Amino acid sequence: MKKYIIQSLRLTGVLMVLLCVIYPLAIAYAGKFTPGEGSGEKVTKNGKVVGYALIGQSFTKPEYFWGRPSAVGYNAAGSGGSNKGPSNADYLKDVSGRIDTLLKYHPYLKKSDIPADMVTASSSGLDPDISEAGAIMQIKRVAAYRKLDERVVAEAVVKNTEGPLFGLFGPSKVNVLKLNVALDELKK
Amino acid sequence: MNTELLGIIATYGLTLLIGIPLGIYLAKMFAGEKVWTDFLKPLEKGIYKLSGINPEESMNWKQHMKALLTINMVWLVYGFFALIYQDKLPLNPDGNLGQSPDLAFNSIISFVVNCNLQHYSGESGATYFTQHFVFMFLQFVSAATGIAAAVVLFKAFRDKTTTSLGNFWVFFTRSITRLLLPLSVVVAIILAFNGTTTSYEGKDKYISLQGDTVNVSRGPAAGFVAIKHLGTNGGGWFGVNSSHPIENPNYLTNMTEAISQVIIPVAMIFAFGYFIRRKKMAWVIFGIMTLGMMLLLVPTVISETGGSPAIAKMGVSQLTGAMEGKEVRFGPTATAYWSTVTTIISTGSVNSMHDSAMPLTGMYQMIAMMMNCFYGGCGVGILNYFIFIIIAVFISGLMVGRTPEFLGHKVEAREVKIASIIALLHPFIILVGTALAAYTITYFPDASWAVKPASWLNNPGFHGFSEMLYENTSAAANNGSGFEGLGDNNTFWNVLTGFVLILGRFLPIIGPVAIAGLLASKKYIPESAGTLKTDTLTFGMMTFVVIVIIAALAFFPALTLGPVAEYFTLIK
Repeated sequence: MKKYIIQSLRLTGVLMVLLCVIYPLAIAYAGKFTPGEGSGEKVTKNGKVVGYALIGQSFTKPEYFWGRPSAVGYNAAGSGGSNKGPSNADYLKDVSGRIDTLLKYHPYLKKSDIPADMVTASSSGLDPDISEAGAIMQIKRVAAYRKLDERVVAEAVVKNTEGPLFGLFGPSKVNVLKLNVALDELKK
Repeated sequence: MNTELLGIIATYGLTLLIGIPLGIYLAKMFAGEKVWTDFLKPLEKGIYKLSGINPEESMNWKQHMKALLTINMVWLVYGFFALIYQDKLPLNPDGNLGQSPDLAFNSIISFVVNCNLQHYSGESGATYFTQHFVFMFLQFVSAATGIAAAVVLFKAFRDKTTTSLGNFWVFFTRSITRLLLPLSVVVAIILAFNGTTTSYEGKDKYISLQGDTVNVSRGPAAGFVAIKHLGTNGGGWFGVNSSHPIENPNYLTNMTEAISQVIIPVAMIFAFGYFIRRKKMAWVIFGIMTLGMMLLLVPTVISETGGSPAIAKMGVSQLTGAMEGKEVRFGPTATAYWSTVTTIISTGSVNSMHDSAMPLTGMYQMIAMMMNCFYGGCGVGILNYFIFIIIAVFISGLMVGRTPEFLGHKVEAREVKIASIIALLHPFIILVGTALAAYTITYFPDASWAVKPASWLNNPGFHGFSEMLYENTSAAANNGSGFEGLGDNNTFWNVLTGFVLILGRFLPIIGPVAIAGLLASKKYIPESAGTLKTDTLTFGMMTFVVIVIIAALAFFPALTLGPVAEYFTLIK
């Protein structure tokens, strides 16, 4: 028994050096060669950092495209989903309220033009993307507030839509932050 | 065909393409035959030397279990104190506090047993030190523990009659040096190049486009996320696990993570068959497990892509499926696939909030954990399945009126007793735990714990019951996912699931290894015309039926009270 205890302690120590020091440091070194140099890829506007490409932001102003509802208000110090069950009455009331809000700001929409992702909270609360349909339904409003031609805004949406992986796998998506930065930079 | 469906087909295809050859490699490697990774021998020799281990020393099954339990005990004690005092240890750039004793008790057990239940959030409840030297360390070694235990079982059936089953430290060390560590490096680098952070910097602060000040948590997550999946651990760097955009940045990383959690469990099946020189048996076991997986996967995908009936009534379009608690970059189909593999295998990492999944999806997730052997966790999946094989051998023996045998060894009362106890232990701890929780909520709603029982549940009615049932199932299966609406960081849940976790880990490891050790020491009976063949499809189906019947009898009432009842209220 005593033999096993000593062997356990020594093996634990040796493996800690290998697994908790050498391994992560090697990965951290490799990370230096990645686009974000290991600390996250940033998005800049006119040379100024305005956020991280992967972290969604809260957009409420009418001249911006809006992201998905977030259970944590896009506070990236933490993360979280709503964890509301599909039959929860309070939750269903929330969703219905979000639909009404969207209809208020987009009077030209039919309910069936609104995709589910625009009225449901994401899993992380930091979802950087919306669906293509979620961007398309906002074009008219954004164009109006920016006094831009709808076609120009639609073009920006197309440019910032990322298709399936290798054109084959998974959904299409629109990164809201990148799209909004593209629009802001368009103006000048 | 739509791209979302194509995505999961490719994911599963790639899994098999990697998993099957990996299993053949593992069989050779653990048998000590020549393999291409032999260049790592000097590293292993160094590890043995520094640890005072003689790799030639052979152990019987009891010595194996003693070694396994001793080293696990060392980790429990060390980790408990490291978590309590993490605020006084280095590498804490965000200034996080130490864990409370009951939380540390739960956290350390759940990582030692390969569960990673996580009643804390990585952003605030752990430091970079404990993330590395406790959590990531345990993700490697707890997976290696499971694999090593499975190899002991393999060893018992390779030779005709034997009591010497190899050296535990060797199986354990090689699981790390020849399997987990090299694969982790590959996966971590894929993740890093797709945006998962690797540097040790703390939180960053920036002004968002709209002018809000935002703090963003980061940290060296890539290496952690790699082993979390390869080792079927599932504990996330961030609170929301693999749905966090840094932990799982895009569809490619999602595929990588989904593949890496399944390859070792699949490989272990083939390692077993090739190790004991019965390839056909591996294919039969693989076939049955795959059947079990498909029977859960297909309805899950249908249930999620069908969307929520309640939201459909509101008139919005659910083009791709239900979206509450899901991320746009994965879509409902890949999310459904993930939720199936993470529950049949005891990973428990999530890329969506299971609490918000459709009622039937939640039920399939729970059934997957209740059976816990369709592929199953690293090493332990095959151990769980072995228990059902023994029961199936016994029942088939009774049906044809012969003494039951498995691979040339008589299966007698003692072995069947162990198998039955282990098979029944799982439903027992799940149902007793859930009953205790339901009782506490009903009779002590105002008990003064960190979260009052009255406010444990995030959802009313049947779904609330599902939250408690899911938590206990996840703990017993050493899975680690959760219906995270449950307020689980308080004395009651920390202590209850702490015990459920320990019972659900070590007995289901010791039981099968004991049976294998006992069988291996018995006289070998050559196969005859009257032998019940255990590598046929008929016997495979028999095992499948045993698994389904045990689960159905034990869990049907509880499932009826939770997800089934919720389903009917939602469609009415």
